[in-house]
Amino acid sequence: MAPIVSVSNLSKTYASGFKALKGVSLDIEQGEILALLGPNGAGKTTLISIICGIVNPSGGTVVVGGHDVVRDFRETRSMIGLVPQELTTDAFETVWNTVTFSRGLHGKKPNPAHIEKVLKDLSLWDKKDNMLRELSGGMKRRVLIAKALSHEPRVLFLDEPTAGVDVSLRKSMWEVVERLRASGVTIILTTHYIEEAEEIADRIGVINGGEILLVEDKTALMSKLGRKQLRVDLSHPLEAVPETLSTYNLTLEGDGHCLIYDYDTSAERTGITSLLAALAEAGVRLKDISTRQSSLEDIFVEIVGAGR
Amino acid sequence: MNIEAIKSIYFFEMARTRRTLLQSVVSPVISTSLYFIVFGAAIGARIQEIDGVSYGAFITPGLIMLTLLTQCIGNGSFGIYFPKFTGTIYEVLSSPVSMVEIVLGYVGAAATKGVMIGTIILLTASLFVDLSIAHPLAMIFFFVLTAVSFSLFGFIIGIWAKDFEQLNLIPMLVIPPLVFLGGSFYSIDMLPPFWQAVSHFNPVLYLISGFRWSFFEVSDVNPVVSAAMIVVFLTICLSVLAWIFRTGYRLRN
Repeated sequence: MAPIVSVSNLSKTYASGFKALKGVSLDIEQGEILALLGPNGAGKTTLISIICGIVNPSGGTVVVGGHDVVRDFRETRSMIGLVPQELTTDAFETVWNTVTFSRGLHGKKPNPAHIEKVLKDLSLWDKKDNMLRELSGGMKRRVLIAKALSHEPRVLFLDEPTAGVDVSLRKSMWEVVERLRASGVTIILTTHYIEEAEEIADRIGVINGGEILLVEDKTALMSKLGRKQLRVDLSHPLEAVPETLSTYNLTLEGDGHCLIYDYDTSAERTGITSLLAALAEAGVRLKDISTRQSSLEDIFVEIVGAGR
Repeated sequence: MNIEAIKSIYFFEMARTRRTLLQSVVSPVISTSLYFIVFGAAIGARIQEIDGVSYGAFITPGLIMLTLLTQCIGNGSFGIYFPKFTGTIYEVLSSPVSMVEIVLGYVGAAATKGVMIGTIILLTASLFVDLSIAHPLAMIFFFVLTAVSFSLFGFIIGIWAKDFEQLNLIPMLVIPPLVFLGGSFYSIDMLPPFWQAVSHFNPVLYLISGFRWSFFEVSDVNPVVSAAMIVVFLTICLSVLAWIFRTGYRLRN
């Protein structure tokens, strides 16, 4: 199936001369959740802004649902919903009016039943007649999501949706995202919170310095780059790693109370069995054993660090 | 054409007018009434007729123009500047709306509001002075075209302005002198020849003169020239806007 969003060789240089994007190419599959990770200033928001039509590209093309975002902007923008990073709302409008306004802007006839459903899904129904300035930050974030969903988009961009959002709202937001995905909506989100990407995304893209460093299936990425660590707590401290264990590349930590063994989960042999046998042979007494898998965060730091 | 979007922007802007009714409608009516009391009744009673028109009636078209220009520029510029300032412009820019539709929504609302307030002032004026409109169609032509042109001009200022100071610069500093020196309160025949010549470089002179002609058939310049000047101004504004749309100037850059 053709990708729903196809970005080819996209570049953007702002009037100040700052190169925000340097030849970015990226395909987003229909119905997936793609998380774009990257430090501040990496180009995430610029990339989203160009796809949504807020910023003109300097070069390259973006195709959404088979249509070019510049030439066929009506088709592409009708398909897209955007939740911006900043909490930008019209202070003096009511929740109902601002969400209805968004639907109208997208050329859709008024549909109070749909707006009602969106507001109820986001627990905003009892606030529908409140002015936006009366709402808390978390509530405003929900209103922005409601606005983006008002015209029933096929592709939803969430630009740092959980920045400054409390745990319960975050949870209910991911429930909404899951429901949307189940209904076939493609979701692209940017985030600093790597655990978020780890939890809900199908694929992860890492962007830094205006370049896409990688885009990979999340589980494949985790197993490909994921290292595991075996931690062996010792009953008696060691002064040094015994000679007979030198082939295992062990490190001694915790004043000699702990041996750390790094291994690759995707390797044919992890070497754990032979290591444990060698430890017994060397007369090392074990107190405890635990393993730890590197998180997406470790992977991210590694990739971005290597790109620098 | 995305009619729903034009309607949405238009009614959104008109709703803002309703929310700020006191400041947008009552305030210009009060200030115009003060002009009539001071210049029309108090001082005007001691001024002889100008070109056969009583002074109170003579200044009415100029006062309407003063309010119309200020209101249209103010609304046209604020309507687009405010979403830029708060950031809500993202939504308009990411909607399937062409720039022409954006202009129709914002400028349409600004011009409507200008025409509404201008009409209210015309009605207020008729309470103070005897008014007759010799050429109603020409009056509507000057009235509506001026409202549209200056709302467009305001829209351009709103896109250009980077802060509130720039936003207020032209409406506060440039428009009042042009209106006051454009013959709102006098006929330029009353000026020395040098200042008469200078006045002809003032575009507002043509608007007021043409508008006044539609009421009393007296004018400082030929009404056809006045009509042509409005069309020229409208064309200039449309050309600047076309350039803005093409380049994305201060909107999509």
